[in-house]
Amino acid sequence: MRPILMKGHERPLTFLKYNRDGDLLFSCAKDLSPTVWFADNGERLGTYRGHNGAVWCCDVSRDSMLLITGSADQTAKLWNVQTGAQLFTFNFDSPTRAVDFGVGDKLAVITTDPFMELPSAIHIKRISRDPSEQTGDSVLTLKGPQGRINRAVWGPLNKTIISAGEDAVIRIWDSETGKLLKESDKEIGHKKTITSLSKSADGSHFLTGSLDKSAKLWDTRSLSLIKTYVTERPVNAVAMSPLLDHVVLGGGQDASAVTTTDHRAGKFEAKFYDKVLQEEIGGVKVFQVAVKMAMSGCIISTKTTSISGFNSTVAMEV
Amino acid sequence: MAEVMAMETASRLGIDLSNVDWDSIHLPPGEDCGILSDDEDLNEGDPLEFDGGFSNIVVVDNIPIVPTEKFEKLEGVVRKISSQMGVIKEEGLWIPIDPASQKTLGYCFIEFNTPQEAELAKEKLHNYKLDRAHIWAVNMFDDIEKFMNVPDEWAPPETKPYVPGENLQHWLTDEKARDQFVIRSGSDTEVLWNDARHLKPDPVYKRQFWTESFVQWSPLGTYLATVHRQGAAVWGGASFNRLMRYSHPQVKLIDFSPGERFLVTYSSHEPSNPRDTHRVVLNIFDVRTGKVMRDFKGSADEFAVGGAVSGVSWPVFRWGGGKEDKYFARIGKSVISVYETDTFTLIDKKSIKVENVMDISWSPTDPILALFVPELGGGNQPARVSLIQIPGKEELRQKNLFSVSDCKMYWQSSGEYLAVKVDRYTKTKKSTYTGFELFRIKERDIPIEVLELENKNDKIIAFAWEPKGHRFAVIHGDSPKPDISFYSMRSTHNSGRVSKLTTLKGKQANALYWSPAGRFILLAGLKGFNGQLEFYNVDELETMATSEHFMATDIEWDPTGRYVATSVTSVHEMENGFNIWSFNGKLLYRILKDHFFQFLWRPRPPSFLSPEKEEEIAKNLKKYSKKYEAEDQDVSLLLSEQDREKRKMLKEEWERWVLEWKRFHEEEKSDRQWLRDGEASDEEEEYEAKEVEVEEFLDVSEEVLFDFGQE
Repeated sequence: MRPILMKGHERPLTFLKYNRDGDLLFSCAKDLSPTVWFADNGERLGTYRGHNGAVWCCDVSRDSMLLITGSADQTAKLWNVQTGAQLFTFNFDSPTRAVDFGVGDKLAVITTDPFMELPSAIHIKRISRDPSEQTGDSVLTLKGPQGRINRAVWGPLNKTIISAGEDAVIRIWDSETGKLLKESDKEIGHKKTITSLSKSADGSHFLTGSLDKSAKLWDTRSLSLIKTYVTERPVNAVAMSPLLDHVVLGGGQDASAVTTTDHRAGKFEAKFYDKVLQEEIGGVKVFQVAVKMAMSGCIISTKTTSISGFNSTVAMEV
Repeated sequence: MAEVMAMETASRLGIDLSNVDWDSIHLPPGEDCGILSDDEDLNEGDPLEFDGGFSNIVVVDNIPIVPTEKFEKLEGVVRKISSQMGVIKEEGLWIPIDPASQKTLGYCFIEFNTPQEAELAKEKLHNYKLDRAHIWAVNMFDDIEKFMNVPDEWAPPETKPYVPGENLQHWLTDEKARDQFVIRSGSDTEVLWNDARHLKPDPVYKRQFWTESFVQWSPLGTYLATVHRQGAAVWGGASFNRLMRYSHPQVKLIDFSPGERFLVTYSSHEPSNPRDTHRVVLNIFDVRTGKVMRDFKGSADEFAVGGAVSGVSWPVFRWGGGKEDKYFARIGKSVISVYETDTFTLIDKKSIKVENVMDISWSPTDPILALFVPELGGGNQPARVSLIQIPGKEELRQKNLFSVSDCKMYWQSSGEYLAVKVDRYTKTKKSTYTGFELFRIKERDIPIEVLELENKNDKIIAFAWEPKGHRFAVIHGDSPKPDISFYSMRSTHNSGRVSKLTTLKGKQANALYWSPAGRFILLAGLKGFNGQLEFYNVDELETMATSEHFMATDIEWDPTGRYVATSVTSVHEMENGFNIWSFNGKLLYRILKDHFFQFLWRPRPPSFLSPEKEEEIAKNLKKYSKKYEAEDQDVSLLLSEQDREKRKMLKEEWERWVLEWKRFHEEEKSDRQWLRDGEASDEEEEYEAKEVEVEEFLDVSEEVLFDFGQE
């Protein structure tokens, strides 16, 4: 395994995303600038400047032309990947948490946090090919779940939206009518906040990680539970290998508790499991906190945050 | 059903059920109208506590019968005597007068402020001699009913037919010779087999809310004791049935005698009024019959060990005399009370007076008591450690020690040696240093040897005897990484001297766990060292394995010395659970349980094999082990076979699911293409990585350098 250390962010990382080809890695952090890197050598390509708050999430279009970012400055922005130019700004009344392009990149889902008595919401926006025609109007707005929605992604053929968050329930919504179609079973579902959600490369199944110390694999259509991966710690981030039957769980305690315990007490480890057999294959000890991961090919990236303020992205070959 | 019937009956009798005040209806005691209560099981055997508040009233019989003129005088006397026991309530003393004879009836009632005071009065004033003719009989008012129920005529007790009990040794008959353990996590208590061959525990019995505070095995493993509000209970046999209950309200602590014949239960009752005494109650039960053999009640101070310190150190009663449970001793202020279990009275009817005794310790095998007395009179009278033979009370050996700050006694498990760790003041009296006094109990005249560490200033962190052996281990040193030394009481050169075997420098350890079979020791670094483990072979003086169970809080060897359990209990928030290791430090399996409280191996009774036989087996181990090795191999083959099957099944299941999904995916292909503006984009999901080898010739030239053959 050959780790590449990528230093550049000044504040803790929040989200990582590989483009479809796996040659570019996009990183979001609590500092204001999402950054793009060459995946194979860790060289920094550039940053996207314009946000005025922590950036929580990003997604890149299939052709690697368009980047969407969601930030605590109550906006979501569209960028030209190549030039770094800001194309459009969606304005909201509360911080945006999750963003995701639909199939064909003509739709995007954006979630907003509960803020100043506003409940959390899921917004669907139309994305124009031509930035000059882009408008900020929502196609649909979904409300309902209690607490923060940590992740919302598109289902097959953009017909559904899958959301998960603080209330530990996974919901599937109809993306046209806004109707709630399915809810995960309380008995078999997660017991605590769902921290992350990651779709398989073909969109057939998705993996959720939760503070209840487990990760679960679900069928995208039927929302039936396929597998459960049990670990010793709260799961902060999950990722699936697009090529192999591997899943990675990143865990540990909250970053805020890091300074109060021995660095091993939190055991910030990225654990590899066999997707089918549910067996642990191996683990990578990460220096401090492994919170966000993206997986592309044989490379996983883990996010590390240290107490000394040194933040870096590590890409590792498996 | 019952309701409907009741309504019919009511209408027939002309009673309007809605007007009936149900609370005013009282059934005669014992009448249950044929409806069995569910909580019968709970209440049975529990002393009922009356809310009526009669528990603070006592009845005094045998007071003088006096005419009305002398009534005031009598009242004065009774009040004076009984008010010494506590505060009598206003108008709390009532001496009834016979209206016919105008004389008192010879008894009276006294109401105290608290039940505790009444209890005390009953204890202290019962059999109080007012004069020759009037010896008081004091009883609790609440007990009257009990006495009323005593039948006037004696009836011979029924002889119950003999019911063969369960085989309480059932777990020892396990074919695979496995050991059991009990774990407590959350509200569950579970007994499991340690199936090391299959690398997993095998459940035996599980129950929710089995105990209210903790569980405990009896010393020979026969019983599992649970603790409840009403008292303690023991369970055992193949199906873990309840075998006996021991009523003791608010019991806090329990302790079995080493031969598990008796059970000591303890409760402490903090006074509501801080000026009142803090009372403790101790009961000693016969484990098999459940009878109270003796009870002790008193203030907590009386049971405090070694004089002035308040608070009770558990166990209050120390059992001595080996597995026969013959004696138990209690240390008091300048006395040692030794009781014998035939009569449950003090030996020779009196305690042994030892001025200022601080600590006592029984030999694990013989009725020998070791005691420690600190320095007296500012150093004029030296501190001493002495050995006393029970029941004769003669002193076998005594050793005077000077400028001592503290002493700790460690018996070797077969009672052959006693090590006394002595902390002495240095000349300046500002610091202390430590030495050991080693007693050889089984040798003539009990020779004593003094052992001092090479570096006298080293702090002693831990000390442990090898079970049944003649070696001991000491962790010593001041630095963050202390040293560990091993000593032997026997040495090849001159047998009468203790000799050092080796010192391991700079170890991350602060606790010693010898294997119960000796020879192997686990050097553990708990707490500050975060659960460092080193498995050490003392025969070969070599480390077998080093490992770590992060944050481990507890370590326990199984009774055979084959396995070690390390656990992280709920003192830590994370990683609760336990690991099972082989004796040589191989991690066998790991179980995670949230809110993990207890892990206890079930003890085994001592082996029936003679030491000679054991030695013979150890010598010919190869011969005996063959059979087991073959079995082990069978099991591991079977396991891998099962594992393979399971994997295959899971894989197939997955494939089926993927296939099903692919079908859907195929159906949606055109839709997806349309969404992607006609881009035929599905291939990417099934793309193949082709390795193309390109060979490029840069330059090829042929040169003939020499042509030898032609000449």
